[in-house]
Amino acid sequence: MQVAMSVNGEERGAEVEPRLLLVHYLRDVLGLTGTHWGCDTSNCGTCVVLMDGEPVKSCTLLAATAAGHEITTVEGMERDGVLDPVQQGFHEEHGLQCGFCTPGMMLTARALLDRNANPTDHEIRTAISGQICRCTGYATIVRSIRWAAEHANEGARA
Amino acid sequence: MSAVEEQRPIGYGRLKRKEDARFIRGQGTYVDDVQLPGMLHGAILRSPVAHARIASIDTSAALAHPKVHAVITGRDLEAQGLSWMPTLSADVQAVLATDKVRFQGQEVAFVIADDRYSARDALELIDVDYDTLPAVVNARKALDPDAPVIRDDLEGKTDNHIFDWESGDRAATDAVFARADVVVSQEMLYPRVHPAPMETCGAVADYDRVSGKLTLWSTTQAPHAHRTLYALVAGLPEHKIRVISPDIGGGFGNKVGIYPGYVCAVVGSIVTGKPIKWVEDRSENLMATSFARDYVMRGSIAATSEGRILGVQVDVIADHGAFNTTAQPTRYPAGFFHVFTGSYDLEAAHCSVRGVYTNKAPGGVAYACSFRITEAVYLVERMVDMLARELDADPAELRLRNFIRPEQFPYACRTGWVYDSGDYERTMRKALAIAGYDELRREQVERRARGELMGIGVGFFTEAVGAGPRRHMDILGLGMADGAELRVHPTGKAQLGISVQTQGQGHETTFAQIVAEELGIPPEDIEVVHGDTDNTPFGLGTYGSRSTPVSGAATAVVARKVREKARIVAGAMLEVAPEDLAWERGRWFVRGDPEQGATIQEIAMAAHGSLELPEGVEGGLDSETVYNPPNLTFPFGAYLCVVDVDPGTAAVRVRRFVAVDDCGTRINPIIIEGQVHGGLTDGVGMALMELIAFDEDGNCLGGSLMDYLIPTALEVPDWETDFTVTPSPHHPIGAKGIGESATVGSPPTIVNAVVDALAPYGVRHMDMPCTPSRVWEAMQGNAKPPQ
Ligand code: FES
Ligand code: FES
Repeated sequence: MQVAMSVNGEERGAEVEPRLLLVHYLRDVLGLTGTHWGCDTSNCGTCVVLMDGEPVKSCTLLAATAAGHEITTVEGMERDGVLDPVQQGFHEEHGLQCGFCTPGMMLTARALLDRNANPTDHEIRTAISGQICRCTGYATIVRSIRWAAEHANEGARA
Repeated sequence: MSAVEEQRPIGYGRLKRKEDARFIRGQGTYVDDVQLPGMLHGAILRSPVAHARIASIDTSAALAHPKVHAVITGRDLEAQGLSWMPTLSADVQAVLATDKVRFQGQEVAFVIADDRYSARDALELIDVDYDTLPAVVNARKALDPDAPVIRDDLEGKTDNHIFDWESGDRAATDAVFARADVVVSQEMLYPRVHPAPMETCGAVADYDRVSGKLTLWSTTQAPHAHRTLYALVAGLPEHKIRVISPDIGGGFGNKVGIYPGYVCAVVGSIVTGKPIKWVEDRSENLMATSFARDYVMRGSIAATSEGRILGVQVDVIADHGAFNTTAQPTRYPAGFFHVFTGSYDLEAAHCSVRGVYTNKAPGGVAYACSFRITEAVYLVERMVDMLARELDADPAELRLRNFIRPEQFPYACRTGWVYDSGDYERTMRKALAIAGYDELRREQVERRARGELMGIGVGFFTEAVGAGPRRHMDILGLGMADGAELRVHPTGKAQLGISVQTQGQGHETTFAQIVAEELGIPPEDIEVVHGDTDNTPFGLGTYGSRSTPVSGAATAVVARKVREKARIVAGAMLEVAPEDLAWERGRWFVRGDPEQGATIQEIAMAAHGSLELPEGVEGGLDSETVYNPPNLTFPFGAYLCVVDVDPGTAAVRVRRFVAVDDCGTRINPIIIEGQVHGGLTDGVGMALMELIAFDEDGNCLGGSLMDYLIPTALEVPDWETDFTVTPSPHHPIGAKGIGESATVGSPPTIVNAVVDALAPYGVRHMDMPCTPSRVWEAMQGNAKPPQ
């Protein structure tokens, strides 16, 4: 079937199997491999992208379901060579090690900050609690997101 | 920054990571991101049962699927002599089963299709007839006379015994136990857990039929060792194999071994002439790839009534699963378990370890365990805590009374290790001060009076990492050394090639800092190359916290070689004898005339230029080395944990965790702190949540992330970390390694806290994981090991 959606502000369409998951549409069809895949049961959150600004697990959605919506992946976070403060925050505060969970974590953080510019640590932890990081122990991720909240209008190059 | 760090010249310090730039943009390249023209996809059919004879396999329907290119079974591999492969522990493992399946999830057939979905579809079309056999699930019963024999493929095998191994002095240990005032004994299980990195295992194999060269992208922590093993397993000439370990989404030991899936991808590429991608799903990862622990330990500790520890004795039954695939140095089938005397100055110690086969997934060394030190530290730290309870002594005080003292280093422990350096009391006192230990104990008294269950856990560990001296340590005959190769380009920029491989540890930053420290070249001018056997020197890879102790040492040594070459060239440039030159960061200068000098960049240009070089000096500054460690390094740390147990639900909450680590010289404190945080989180997982359990038929009950619970941000506290610095005397820069310290040290600390919280219920011990239902049972006087 034909699906079309906006991905990082660009209209992208393709002929796909109806059962194709959004994560595989993004990775294998569009070549946007920054979105990862890490489990079979919707538990890990390495596949999180934004759909109309809300975090969704792209392993749990069909590409067909996402048709007509606006998808943002990690590749869409940097604008005109300027990093999203969330990206900068992860670099500043060592919010990543292997980097596998990082795109999903950063997108959830972006969505959180968009609706709550100054979240508490507990609100941050709750927001990312549907996602697993096996490397960092989360404290530095919390600090990274707080850094982004405190530097909301700054962007830079890491 | 501490005084010690400030004294160090720049090079070391809180440099932000170089590798972040690609990861925060989603531009990392993990194995599943590799796309090659014409690439096909593989999927593995796995056994649904734990133990069965294979009566027949019918692949005809799968082969008839329009998108399927090939179906490979064990019989097909047998024809090539590839149905079994050697393991890292002198056993063999089935690549694809021929005779029997021996654990649930075992590899039975490999399908190659156009895309990943069709490959999975075709798995459903393969018909396998299994004659089910009784399964051996409980390691304690593996040697019962009526236990079914799992490894009847091994000539003459009539039981499930793998090895017996011991260390220490049994008679001397019996003697101290005989005269001890107090003896405490406990059987404890370190349950089976799984490293579960967020990226599962996978490979892309690309065999070029014309050149005969195999390029293999794979999730490996040890690309060079894998290359040699593929040469041995598949009979491919080693110079025609290129193993690339690209960005790796976490390893934790899960990516040390060679899995059947990698071999199938290689065979598939040779058979089809096309690149083959195989990436396992999460259930496959949890059910079939290297697990960790699974040690049944019966420990005893002996002491005087004043609390002087005299000896420790332990007998272990080690569950190695269906094949002995554990990755251990050859002479140590139980890894470094014999550091179980811990941080204490004892009179005698002894351990025996018996390895057995069971109908469970093979593996054994994984999940940041430092070659079984995790189990050893858990045992001794629980035993010391139980002794404290028996003596009615404070557990921190009891440890302080028995520590090896600073003046005793280098300390030869009772099982043969020589600990390099330590100041345990200082580190312990720092942790107690940060935690406010006395105040916590007062708070505990008050809370207990109100019926609240607050627990304070104390733990201390000594690790033995950086394997290792090649005369003692090899894996399949490969000595555990690592190479480094440093090129300094004419403009003074440098490229460092290392044999170890990062799975998130930040080698591209840390190793650049080591070169920067030694040569004064800024870290941003140093490119660290790793994870590709075609352009890095040979070495055994990253596991057992060995990168900084071994490869870090190689890096410092090779940089010093470059510095000495630069000295000779600088002598020619400045027309003085090299002996008359002195070094300051990044520059050789004339002794007594510091204005006269040359920077490393100027020297690099001159070394490649037209300057007349002294007799016997080749141009350039490039150097290489192989570092063979003279001894292991012995990082240590003092941990303290506060938990609250809900008396109504038995849920455990970790309220605080204080970790004071000593990893010797600290290269990058940001990265060190990150390593500690990650390991502490693993510890919370193992102590409270994680378990790969089996039912009595051998069905795996932990085969998905719905069943295998990993801590999220809500289960862990905001870590309180600090450090002391006791450099290693034999390491070129005094560094000891940090990767696994927290994973080793935190589980007993947390369990000590839980058991302390449950003291009002008379609980002396409970096995991990301390889940609410298991804690509840312990509170009812019913603590049992998990299934
Ligand atoms: S891949 Fe694990 S939640 Fe989507
Ligand atoms: S950085 Fe490795 S999983 Fe989060």
